[in-house]
Amino acid sequence: MATYKFQVNGRATSAESWDPAQPLLYVLRNQLGLHGPKFGCGLSQCGACTVLIDGKATRSCVTPVRQAEGRSVTTLEGLGTPQTPDPVQAAFIAEQAAQCGYCTNGMIMAAKSFLAQNPKPTLEQAKQGLAGNLCRCGTHTRVLRAVMRAARA
Amino acid sequence: MTTLSSIPRPSSISRRDLLKTGSTLVVSFTLGLKRSVAQTASSDADLGKPVDPKQVDTFLAVHADGSVTVYTGKVDLGTGLRVAIRQMAAEELGVPVERVELIEGDTALTPDQGATGGSTGLTRGGVEVRQAAATARQALLKLGADRLNRPASELALDNGQVHPIAGGVGVGIGDLIGGKKFAMSVDANAPLKPPASYNVVGKPVSRPDIPAKCTAKHTYIQDFSVPGMLHGRVIRPPSIGSKVVSVDESSIRAIPDVRVVRIENFVGVVARDEWAAVRAARDLKVVWSDWQGLPGNAALDRYVRAAAIDKDQPIVTRGDTAPAMTGAAKKFSATYYWPNQSHASLGPSCAIADIRADRATIWTASQATHNMRENFTKVFDLPKGKVRVIYLDGAGCYGGNGNDDAAADAALLSKTVGQPVRVQWMRQEEHGWDPKGPQQLLDLRAGTDAQGNVLAWETEIWVPTGVPGARPLLAADAAGIAQDHGQGAGLLTQNCDPPYAASNVKVVAHLTKETPLRPSNLRAPGKIGNVFAVESFTDEIAASAGVDPVAYRLDRLKDPRAIEVIKKATEMFGWQKRPSPNSRALEGKLAIGRGVAYARYKQAENYVAMAMEVAVDRSTGQIAVRRVTCAHDCGLIVNPDALRNQVEGLIVQTLSRTLHEEVKFDRSRVTSIDWMTYPILRFPEVPQIEVALIDRPELPLLGAGEAAGVTVGAALGNAVFDATGVRLRTAPFTPERVKAALTAE
Repeated sequence: MATYKFQVNGRATSAESWDPAQPLLYVLRNQLGLHGPKFGCGLSQCGACTVLIDGKATRSCVTPVRQAEGRSVTTLEGLGTPQTPDPVQAAFIAEQAAQCGYCTNGMIMAAKSFLAQNPKPTLEQAKQGLAGNLCRCGTHTRVLRAVMRAARA
Repeated sequence: MTTLSSIPRPSSISRRDLLKTGSTLVVSFTLGLKRSVAQTASSDADLGKPVDPKQVDTFLAVHADGSVTVYTGKVDLGTGLRVAIRQMAAEELGVPVERVELIEGDTALTPDQGATGGSTGLTRGGVEVRQAAATARQALLKLGADRLNRPASELALDNGQVHPIAGGVGVGIGDLIGGKKFAMSVDANAPLKPPASYNVVGKPVSRPDIPAKCTAKHTYIQDFSVPGMLHGRVIRPPSIGSKVVSVDESSIRAIPDVRVVRIENFVGVVARDEWAAVRAARDLKVVWSDWQGLPGNAALDRYVRAAAIDKDQPIVTRGDTAPAMTGAAKKFSATYYWPNQSHASLGPSCAIADIRADRATIWTASQATHNMRENFTKVFDLPKGKVRVIYLDGAGCYGGNGNDDAAADAALLSKTVGQPVRVQWMRQEEHGWDPKGPQQLLDLRAGTDAQGNVLAWETEIWVPTGVPGARPLLAADAAGIAQDHGQGAGLLTQNCDPPYAASNVKVVAHLTKETPLRPSNLRAPGKIGNVFAVESFTDEIAASAGVDPVAYRLDRLKDPRAIEVIKKATEMFGWQKRPSPNSRALEGKLAIGRGVAYARYKQAENYVAMAMEVAVDRSTGQIAVRRVTCAHDCGLIVNPDALRNQVEGLIVQTLSRTLHEEVKFDRSRVTSIDWMTYPILRFPEVPQIEVALIDRPELPLLGAGEAAGVTVGAALGNAVFDATGVRLRTAPFTPERVKAALTAE
């Protein structure tokens, strides 16, 4: 059983895995109790599992835990709370940009990373920025409004 | 007088919302706030909470602090029901909406109000809660009258207080009945508040679950756990009908603490570590027999047409179509086809089962917890009357997805290993094994006069017959356990005839005995494909008569609500009156067109009209939807923002179904098993969407979880015809299919 050390939401953390190929997603959810990132496909196709690694949106379902060693991981929990939400979270809440909300983690984390790169995007750029994230309920128009609102904030 | 028996009520809840089994049971219904039901109970299934839908106490409890807990068997599948039912209860009870808790879909706590399907969450779930609340309101006024020594007619109930209308000291409802039972029947005649006096119904109250969903504080079934829980995974066969030849357990020897469970052709693994279960399920060597019993999806329409028929069912018979057809000046006939589609939930189905000798508890995101309790008790021989099924949110299911099967997997594994087991499906299971929305084949014929007036209309539709009984569970079939083999997939034959004046109409459904893939209800069952066919065919008739398609419809409708939605949607669109196709469609290499469609959902409920603009790339066959306008009338609106969210979502989801989605399968198995092989609409394709909600507070409310999707296919197909002069009669409108149709022109 190997031990892996990394930062999670600003705190030094260690996790154990019998398999160095175990995706970071399972470690975050089951060992660290961080349920923001969701299992959607395990194939890097949908984005529900997105976390930030060193600030960059990363699919934790295909990121082996050993690759997190020494890095800084941020999950949805690390952004804010209902009382003190991150501006992107606040924008999603203000726009009521969720239905079932299962993809919401990925939408917020991808938007966070995207807006860091493109602080003042056009709507078209926002659409392209989220092209790799899937929503099944069809909440897209609200998600886009939330991203544009966050960009204005 | 009221009785003093205690009622389960919310209390504080630990942050992690864990459920502790044993003598103290803490079940969380977290919405990111302190919401839970604390119970000390000897039997999970019988907590002493009334669940008889005739009783007021079944639906609501008033607590000493004046807060209220409302109980409903309906569940919020991401639709906003959770806030809307609170609003309906708060309105009748005269309490602030934020003081109302809601508990959903728990067989031990909530009444059986039927599955959450067919857009009945509010029309049944909400309306029954409302009537119980209206009954409670009268009782509270009476109690207030006793306490204040004034006649009830001089009292009002609002803001949680019974008080004299003329002013003066009031009394809180918590003081009047807090913690006690109403102990009375729901009065069907208890007066409802007049809509003109509504304070909270009709307001865009924010959904209580959204802040929690945006901050990882919302507990989905996928996030839930119980002590001692094992993780299970099931090994699905490579072919639907394969049987196990051999299992080589040594193939997973390197994976720690895994147990293989084999019951006939059911092969599963359980492990303390989830990743170990995933790896074991992936690596376990199982040899399966070959099986090739499917027809393949490529010629499914021909297969369906040749399929054995259970019965031919007349759906509509009006006048006599044969002579009218013979005498018609113009004759039309066309075949339309809607494909087999998957619910394709974004999060795979998940459940936890704790099956013991003397009781059983199942946590699930199923849309039908009460049905599950009944069926699972029978199929898995669970202790009768000791089974509790508890709903927790999952990913959107849009009908009968894999949730019941994941619960069956968990139940069979838990029963076998004697510990609680959580099963979460993998992506290929959700896409490959969820029961599917069945394909629909429609032959349409019409005879018209020279102006396009329909003299005779005939629809023949082929859909799977509705074999009664529960849908078969994969786990039970694999394990050789006897069970129902029901084939219900919803009301598939509604909206098969046009709403426009036609005196001779015949609709016949050919109900096929079998269908290749296990069917189930998928959002707006049947109606999306049927309205696609009927409204496209209507467009064919209007185009042939050289009549503007909006004018064609308006001239043949009398219902003012129908006329209003069409006018509203087309005004928002800026519709210019002219016949299709568009003579000035070309814009460089693109062809631009607009289409319209109208439907009254189930021919008895919501009114929906939709206009759409598309750009078709003639060289690639790619369709870009630029703009959608929709007018929607569902009677009384409870929460306009939650409703708008539904309508926008239905438009986008149904665009996805129309443009992209078709389940692919070969002779053995489903081959569209992930988001690459079963693509759905992505952000760059999202059009500009404008929605007008028509509120009719004086009219009954209608469900809104399905209706706005039904006009999408036809509005889109009609717009493509307007742009290109080519009629698309088979969905999905993939670039290959569109290009082939343009080439064949």
